Amino acid sequence: MQHYDIVIIGGGPAGLAAAIKASGQAKVLLIEREQRLGGILKQCIHDGFGVVRFGEKLSGPEYADRFVKELAKTNVEVALFSFVTNVRRADMFELTYVCENGVKNVTCDKIILATGCRERTKNGIFIQGDRCSGVYTAGAAQNLVNILGVMPGRRTVILGSGDIGLIMARRLTLEGAKVLGVYEAKPTPSGLTRNIHQCLHDFDIPLHLSKTVTRVFGRDRLEKVEISDVDDKMRPIAGTEQIVECDTLILAVGLIPENEIANDLSVKLDYKTKGAFVDQNCQTLTDNVYACGNALHVNDLVDYVSESGEIAGVNACKHNGERKLTNISVSGKIMYVVPQMLDVNSDLDKVVMYFRASDDLGNQRLTITSNGETVFTKRYLKLLPPEMERIVVDFSKASNLNNITVTLEDA
Amino acid sequence: MDMVCIVCPNGCRLTVENNNGEISVAGAKCKRGEAFAKTELTCPTRSITSSVRTTVSDYPVVSVRTDGEIPKDKIFELIAILSKFTLDKKVPIGTILIKNVCGTEVNVITTTEMY
Repeated sequence: MQHYDIVIIGGGPAGLAAAIKASGQAKVLLIEREQRLGGILKQCIHDGFGVVRFGEKLSGPEYADRFVKELAKTNVEVALFSFVTNVRRADMFELTYVCENGVKNVTCDKIILATGCRERTKNGIFIQGDRCSGVYTAGAAQNLVNILGVMPGRRTVILGSGDIGLIMARRLTLEGAKVLGVYEAKPTPSGLTRNIHQCLHDFDIPLHLSKTVTRVFGRDRLEKVEISDVDDKMRPIAGTEQIVECDTLILAVGLIPENEIANDLSVKLDYKTKGAFVDQNCQTLTDNVYACGNALHVNDLVDYVSESGEIAGVNACKHNGERKLTNISVSGKIMYVVPQMLDVNSDLDKVVMYFRASDDLGNQRLTITSNGETVFTKRYLKLLPPEMERIVVDFSKASNLNNITVTLEDA
Repeated sequence: MDMVCIVCPNGCRLTVENNNGEISVAGAKCKRGEAFAKTELTCPTRSITSSVRTTVSDYPVVSVRTDGEIPKDKIFELIAILSKFTLDKKVPIGTILIKNVCGTEVNVITTTEMY
């Protein structure tokens, strides 16, 4: 059986970055389900990728291609069109994957999970009604238009104002479809503000807040949808139903980190991020299993996905001793922080942390304390839940690291 | 007036004032925001991404973008040109497919490497 130091599962931006960083220092196998590397970036043909990393506004395929070309210069082995079906833990890890040549088994010392995320579907949000065609997730519609060159429909309703929904509203409009409106159950839009402007306002596409799709109608093909107002707990209000005639419903109702393999390995998951609990090296609570990118938590910028892939790749090559983990807790108006743990026995001087605010907030102060001693503090004039914040914290000077708390409060 | 800068994902909230042609911009974290506000008031422009059909196997369409920004009112003119375009061979990523599109100095380039 072929043995590798590291097996990376997923050839999207996180897996590519991890593989490049780990190459040269370890024998690496990168396993990708599709026939081409790049993950979801292949179909994200809009621009705006790489502003942080390259200082350029690249399209998704261009951003991915920079990493694919970099990877080609390394000695990383790539298994394309390969799907991991089983991972077992013995003295080391044993993986089974299915590829064009049949079933293969390999062993490895470490695993990096870069499996990205999946889209929530119609069943995931309890839309009732007929089982007609014409209901797509935004990613499925994006694949049809941008990879296969096929239009999903002509008169479209979009549910969900996350970035993918907004970008598909513009894309379908450019391709000649009529986007009747974007509906959002929350009282505020979920996507980046710039996307509300350049995708909706530029094309006069209406955005309806505090409204959701409650039922779909259609014999073979979707004919109409029922829209209802929702209350402040996002429950539909009876009597507010209205009918919108359309042939396509696109669901952009959220992403969930893909953690099937993590579950097989009993990796402990954070219910807030729906990804693994990790330390600052992206190592999960299961030793020698790392998680990065959107499998770890849903990012809004690919630049940060690549960054976490690199952190996982670099650290998976190190032969660290026993870990000493301490919890990072959150308090105040903060939705989550990644990493959720700190390994006190490894590097502490440049810890990259990501967090999201729980509400639209103005004038806030973020403070990180250890045993009551302030380690880091920063003021924010504006924080929005859709816009993830990144900070770099030096924990090395703190006298005794425990009871670490991240607090966000009015400045 | 209030404006949102769309240059980068920061999405700075800008306050723009026009005093008899003298445009002042507040709220931008970088210089690009100021430049954005000024063009947005005079001649708004956008970079456009889309796709064109190909006759190459495995690539029903290939993604393209403008290599600069075109006036906003030319967007649908550009889209109409792209919808009539067919690529008949594999080209490297970044290849110019259409030069000086819509009478601008902007070109349409491919953004996918056709492996």
